[in-house]
Order: sequence, then C-alpha cells, then structure tokens
Amino acid sequence: MCALNIGPSPRVKPADDGFIYNDFAFTVATKNGSGSQTSNNTLVYALFKMGIPVNGKNLFPSNIKGLPTWYTIRASKDGYTARKAVTEICIAFNQDTAAEDISKLPPGGVCILPSEWNWGHSREDVIYYEIPVKDLVKTVDINPDFRDRISNMVYVGAVAELFDIPQDKIYAALLDSFKGKTKPADMNMNVVKAAAEWARENLEKQDPYKFAPLNLNGDKIVITGNESAALGAIFGGVSVVAWYPITPSTSLVDAIMGYQYLRRDPDNGKETVAVIQAEDEIAAIGMLVGAGWAGARAMTSTSGPGISLMAEFTGLAYYAEIPLVIWDITRMGPSTGLPTRTSQGDLIFTYFLGHGDSRQLILLPGTVEECFEFGWRAFDIAEAQQTPVFVLSDLDIGMNNWMAEPFQYPSEPLNRGKVLNAEELQQHIEKFGTWGRYKDVDGDAVGYRTLPGTNHPRAAYFLRGTGHNEMAVYSERADDWVQNMQRLHRKFENARTLLPTPIEVWDKAAPKRIGIVTFGSNEDAIREARDWLAQDGVESDYLRVRGLPLHPDVAEFIASHEHVIVIENNFDGQLNQVINVDMEQRPPRKTSLTLGDSLPMTPEWVYEQVTAVVS
Amino acid sequence: MSANPRIKTNPIGLTREDYKGGKSTLCPGCGHDSISNQIISMAFDLGLEQYKIIKLSGIGCSSKTPAYFLGRSHGFNAIHGRMPSVVTGATTANHSLTAIAVSGDGDTGSIGFGQYKHLLRRNVPMVYIIENNGVYGLTKGQFSATADQDQTLKYYGTNTLRPIDLALEAVIGGATFVARSFSGDAKQVEALMKAAVNHRGTAVIDIVSPCVTFNNEITSTKSYSYGKANEMPLHEIRYVAPGYVPEKEEIVIEDYDPNEVIEVELHGGAIVRLKKLGRDHDPRNKMQAIQALEDAERDGILITGLIYYEEPRPTLAETMHLTDTPLSALPAGKLRPSEDALKKVLASFR
Ligand SMILES: Cc1ncc(C[n+]2csc(CCOP(=O)(O)OP(=O)(O)O)c2C)c(N)n1
Ligand code: SF4
Repeated sequence: MCALNIGPSPRVKPADDGFIYNDFAFTVATKNGSGSQTSNNTLVYALFKMGIPVNGKNLFPSNIKGLPTWYTIRASKDGYTARKAVTEICIAFNQDTAAEDISKLPPGGVCILPSEWNWGHSREDVIYYEIPVKDLVKTVDINPDFRDRISNMVYVGAVAELFDIPQDKIYAALLDSFKGKTKPADMNMNVVKAAAEWARENLEKQDPYKFAPLNLNGDKIVITGNESAALGAIFGGVSVVAWYPITPSTSLVDAIMGYQYLRRDPDNGKETVAVIQAEDEIAAIGMLVGAGWAGARAMTSTSGPGISLMAEFTGLAYYAEIPLVIWDITRMGPSTGLPTRTSQGDLIFTYFLGHGDSRQLILLPGTVEECFEFGWRAFDIAEAQQTPVFVLSDLDIGMNNWMAEPFQYPSEPLNRGKVLNAEELQQHIEKFGTWGRYKDVDGDAVGYRTLPGTNHPRAAYFLRGTGHNEMAVYSERADDWVQNMQRLHRKFENARTLLPTPIEVWDKAAPKRIGIVTFGSNEDAIREARDWLAQDGVESDYLRVRGLPLHPDVAEFIASHEHVIVIENNFDGQLNQVINVDMEQRPPRKTSLTLGDSLPMTPEWVYEQVTAVVS
Repeated sequence: MSANPRIKTNPIGLTREDYKGGKSTLCPGCGHDSISNQIISMAFDLGLEQYKIIKLSGIGCSSKTPAYFLGRSHGFNAIHGRMPSVVTGATTANHSLTAIAVSGDGDTGSIGFGQYKHLLRRNVPMVYIIENNGVYGLTKGQFSATADQDQTLKYYGTNTLRPIDLALEAVIGGATFVARSFSGDAKQVEALMKAAVNHRGTAVIDIVSPCVTFNNEITSTKSYSYGKANEMPLHEIRYVAPGYVPEKEEIVIEDYDPNEVIEVELHGGAIVRLKKLGRDHDPRNKMQAIQALEDAERDGILITGLIYYEEPRPTLAETMHLTDTPLSALPAGKLRPSEDALKKVLASFR
C-alpha cells in the first residue's frame, strides 16, 4: 500500500493492517464562488453520517468570486475537532495557490489535483492523484451552464473512492444540502459517481488513509454557531430585530428570518417577530433602545465596526437601564481588516463600551450549544438586570459547521424582569407609598419599570441620558449622580454571579501546578493540547470563562494555581488584561499566550507555546 | 380632574393643567415654549389619553421640551439626531402607542439627517415636530444646516452654504403629511398638530421657532419679526373632530376657487378643512408642494399650512404584518415555540 516510507504525525498510530483510520485532515483549495461550498459540505456531512467525529472550517477571502479559498476538514476517531496546523491531504483545485498548497504538505502527504494542468510532480515525498476534471465532467449529461459550478464534485467522487466513503452517505448529504430536492442532488451525484468510477479504474491507492464507519455521533447535529444563536433567540422570545449587514454576523439574522415561521401566530398567521434592516448600526441599536424601552425583547447582531457605531446608544442604554441584546460575531480588526477571518479581539472594547463610567455585561459562548443557550438566556439576563447584554461569539463558531449535542429546550420560563403593570403599580405604591423608577427597593440594585402604554396616572416616567434621581427626575446634583452610579456599580457587581458560570476542569482539593484559562472557541484546541501535554507529563487544570464581569470562581482558580496561563486568540491578551483589572491580588505567576493570526487556534500551537513557557 | 366647575374640563374629564409637564428651563421668550403650549392645548382639546402617548426627542434646546408637556406620558430624551430610530423601535414594539417627537434643525438637518430620511421612507407612524431656529441653541449659537445663506452671526461669521429645507426633504423623502408653521401662529400650529396626531404615518411639522438668544436679528428668516412679517399662510386651517360626517362630494375637487374649502379626511374620520387664501395650493399635489416650497425660498417668504398630504400608505408595522396585539404585550406562550418544534428543527440538522 503506502508507496512512501514517511509516516504521518507520530501521535497517529496505524491499525494492524497498516492503514490509518478516521484520523487525518484535508485542506481543500479552490476559487471562491466556484461551488466548492457544496462539495465541502457534502464531504463533511457524509463523514458525519458515517458516525465519524468531523469538523469543517472555511478560511475564505473577503471576496465573492475568484479569490483563493481554503476549507479544512478534520476527522478524528478520538473526537478532536480543532483545526490541525498541518493536514495530510491537499485537494489542490486552485492553480494559483497549488504550488504553495503542496509545499505545505507533510512528508508522505497526499495531493489530489486536476491532471489537465500537466503539473508534473514538484515533490518526491508526496503522493499525487491526478484527475482529468474537465474531461470527466464532459462525460456526464448535465446542462452546460452548470458544468463549471459542478466540477468540484469531481474531487468528492475521487475522495469517496480513494478513502472509502460509501456513496449512499454522499447522496444523503447531497439531499440534505438541497433540502430534499432530488433533481439537483441527482445531478451532483452523477458527477460524483463518474469521478468515483474513473478513480476506481485509473488510480492505485498508495496512501495509508481510510475512513471506516464509527457510529460515534449518536443523535448529534451539525450546525453553525450563527444558526444556533438564531434558534436560541427564536426560542428566547425575540420580538424586535434591527440590524445592518456585516460579515460574519449576517447569517445570524438570515437564520432568524428563516425560522420566523416558528413564531408566526397560529391564530392569525401574523408575525410575532419584527425584523428591520436599518440604515446603519447606529439606527439598528437606536431601534433596539426604543423597542427595549417599550417592552420588546430586542436584539441585533453585528461585528466590531458595528459595535463602534453603537457606543453612544449603548452607554445611554446602560445608564437609562434598557434591556437589549447585541451579538458580536467577532472578526479581525481594525475596521475592515481581514473581515472574513476569525478573532477574539473585541473583548476590551465591548466590555468598556459607552462614555464615562459605563461597563457592559458580556456572555462568551465557546460552543454551538452555548450559542443556543445564550441565545435565549441573554434576554432573561438583559430584562432581569435591565441593561444591554453583549454576546461575543466569533467567525469560527459563527460561520463554521460544528458537531453538537441536540440543544436542550430552555430550562427556565421567560424572565421578563421587574415590570409593573397598572395593577401591580397600584399595589407597589400602596405598599411603599411611592414608586421611583430607579429606587432600589429590593436591595438588588434593580428598580421596577413600567412600560409605555401602562394605564395608570403615575406610570409615566421620563427617560434620559442626563442626570436623574431615583424618581427619574432630572437632576444635576452631584450627590444624585454619585448615588445612581454607585447603584449601577452594585448592579454590575451582582452580575458576576448571575452570568453563566465558568467551565472548570480541576480538583479544588488537589490543584495541578498549571492552570489554563481561556474563553470562546479555543476550547477544542486546548483540550487536545492538554491531552498531549499530559502524555508528556505536563498536567494542567482548565477554566473557560463564560461571562464578564468575571465570576468569583475565576479569581479562585487563578489564586489556586502556581502558574496560570491565559490563552486567547487576539494579539493583546485582552482577557488577561481584564483579569489584571479585575483581580485585586496578582497570582504568583501568570503568562499571557496570544495568537491573533486570523485563523482558528490549533492544538499544535497551544502545545508548543505551553511547552515553551513551562519548560 | 377639576372639582371647580369654572375650570374647563375636556371629554375625558381632565383640565388643561393636567396636560402640562415640568417647568421650562429655556430662555424666556424662546419659540420652543409656545410650541409646547400648543401641544398641551391640542392634547387637552382632543381629550387624548396621556398613557397612550410616548413623547420623544433628540438633543438640543428643542429636544428638552418633551419634559415640559404631557407629564403623564412616558418620555424619552434620546441622543443627538438619533430619535427617529428610537421611535421606530418603540412603535414596532408597541404599535398601539401614539408617538409625538420634537427635534431641532441641528438635530434633524445635520447629525440626524440620515435617520430623518429613513424614518420617512419607512412611514413610521408619528408626529415629527421640528423646532427650526436656524441655529444650534444648546451649544450656543453655531450655524445649523437650515441657516440662511449669507447670514452672519457674531462668533461664527458668514454662512456661505445653502440651507437645507426640511419640509422639502420630507416631501421628497416620502412623508405623507408635511406642514410648515411659525411658532408665533398659535392657532395654525394647534390646528396642524390636531391633524397630525390623527394621521396614520409620519406627519412632519417644520415650525420656525425663533431662538431669541442666538438668532433673532430681524434679517434672519428664523427671527420672530421676520416670521411675523413674512408669514404667508397657504390656507386657513380648521380641524374637524372625528365623528363629523363628511359630504363626499366636497372632498373630490379638481380645481377650486379662492374661497373654496377643501377637505382632507384623516385616519379615524377626522377632517382638516382648508380654506384657500388666494394661492392655488392643493396639498394633494406633490409637484405643487415642491414648487410652492421652491418659490417661497426664492422669494424669502415663509409659507405656512399643510403643504403636502397623501393618502396614507401602509405604516412600518403594517408592512411587516405584525400581530394585532402589540409585540410588547405578547404572552409567553406566543414568544416561545414548543419543545416539539425545537425537536423538529434539530432533526433537520442530523
Ligand atoms: C453626538 C453629539 N454631538 C454633539 C452634541 C452636542 N450638541 C448638543 S445640542 C446640539 C445642537 C442642537 O441644535 P438644534 O438641534 O438646532 O436644537 P436647538 O438647541 O437649536 O433647539 C449639539 C451639537 C451631542 N449632544 N451629541
Ligand atoms: S438658546 Fe435659543 S433655542 Fe435655546 S432656549 Fe434659548 S432661545 Fe431657545
């Protein structure tokens, strides 16, 4: 079998028959807009249907058509689905980048490429499978208009044949892609079949990589973070969405519109969710501010540049205490830098967004399950705390397909917070002698609000960004200002324990020497790297932050470890900075490991970095 | 409610006093205060329920005024120029509310110009009052975008730019009700406001409202004396309360004589009767409205009255086909789909 005597990564052990099953990765290099998305999704879904843990990641350019785009597919029998730094197989279907793509293959790697390029073999230590793409497509009876877009299905057929993906799984994946429509599925399948047949007859298997059914996926689903967030919002009772298009957040609102049918009033067929495409992000958040004030569950989704335009209104909403939800699907900054690449770089900006002394509550999902959960929970927190709630996701979670456990139906009823209707207001006044919008009657720093339209002569209050006292009456008195700010600060402090608690992997009675702290989408890469480190004898504890302000557990975790390593995917170590600001006592030793290279984190990077700092 | 029979009460038993707000902190004599007074009178006369009204504004002296009227209505003093988006969100959340908003010419014509135009385009149902003084009051007298060309101000010299005509922008932008008035003309302002709150759609009233502190030179078209001297009403306006049964023949009028009366029927059956005052102005004709504004600018005349009126087109909430129950009042059962619905959706991701 293997023609070359150069093995894969030393961590991967071949089976008794010499083959390596379900533990390798592909890089698919194509031109953007060439239809490769369908081909790549088909491969991912077919592997998923074989029960093999799989993950696909798009590393695409900020362009609609023509520029190079890469897609990585990783299968892992051990359930590791982080992006691998080096992939064993390259499908080099973009002539402009092929030389570079091939150069990145490891020794013993595999390259699949169109034979019509007549490229010759640039590397001795790589196995080449050349396929006559153009000629093959011509043999299939399809409308010439579709030929170009469908030619990427050729590599799907070749991969299926070379690495053993059953054709029925490919077809099932295609049917999913085309929402059950057999016509386009059949047309694509015909190309897959022709390519598989050609490969069977003309290619000799020389590499050691194979897929075999694993049935590890149970009733898991494959979904993007943005779709999960949209579903979370739909099940969270979102009623007003105002937004302005920006990659990578657009697909979140697109998905909300796609699921609007779930919320159509069955009694009269009318909408219970309003979606307004605003003229810009300032207007989008202005609409949320108006809607949140008037009693809607209001949300938007945006990215860094949108967040910056929302600063003034966010500060007002914090100060005037208006609930609303803002999803930030973070991409690289500043402005439009690497707009379609992932990043965790908006943390600090968002945390302190607004003027003067405002600070914002932030939820930090790290998985698609959490995108769903925070999707509904964010409204409950916003309304209970009467404040904006940010959810910081990123392009990697948001726009890539992830395997997930089926989402749990919301475990708690909607929490609409302290809203008084006319009757309750009357009772409140009778009980306390008065009602003041910003009075802290319960000692939790949250006042009672009334909504516009409440039929009670004393329900109205005046909301403003200028100074006000507890009764919501205009005031420029310094003591009123300070009193209000102190209450807001108490409210913010209380939120530490109300936000989602961190994910923690450690034994408090016997902490390891090293504690790793992170947030968001780095989970998979760090989990795998921790396993590798453990194999080297470097044991570590783990904590993933899921909300800002930091939960008290974070401080405890940090204080309990001899060496804390904060790992994040931005350049400045922003979580590390927040920890520095937040923690009164500095831990004995803390190292900030930052990536910020626009790509999803890899276990290799984490392993190397941690090894370097601990040795 | 008044216990004293000599104090007049309105159809819902409230006195005019009940429609007031806090004490004004504007300069004595500021045009904006008389507009607040007309809002109070309008709401009192019509017997409006204050709890159904929301009053909003941006930032500026003018935008401070919602604190001075309708003390029993929820109020929102938003941020500079971005009140339109807040109204859009609020009326989307609860389309049963009547929105009355006040803005300045700086607020609307500069920082908020984009939001203004998009509000009109969406036909957000509201009364949009611009208190137009040609100057920034609250920041102490800079030129605004509606300031006259060649006008001079003490600190800021001569304005070399052409003014933006916010009424003209409203007509072009798709507003279905556009009026202009002068704060000194209490009767007309009040009649226009009555018509405007009964209009279904964005009703813009651009009111020249002199800033007695920073822009009251007689040469300024936004000064009190200039307004008084150059006001040219397009028609005499009378608002006829709902319930009045219009004689249909009277409405459809192709052309009419100087003393003829035309009627515009508003949503809910109210009627605005316009008695023509010599000018050939039919507010239902868009080109005429634009022409009238152009001519007035050229001649330095302040034309006032109902400049443009269009049969209301669907409002934003209507185009979005929202539930009749306001979104803000939907019960939990309508906000969260069933567990079964979630299971079904998830199955499609398998
Ligand atoms: C973003 C922002 N920029 C600037 C200001 C400062 N500012 C407050 S009021 C105002 C101008 C108000 O003028 P206008 O709308 O004409 O109202 P007037 O005071 O004349 O009634 C400005 C520039 C602000 N509040 N917010
Ligand atoms: S500065 Fe001008 S606009 Fe402001 S309150 Fe005084 S008179 Fe009115």
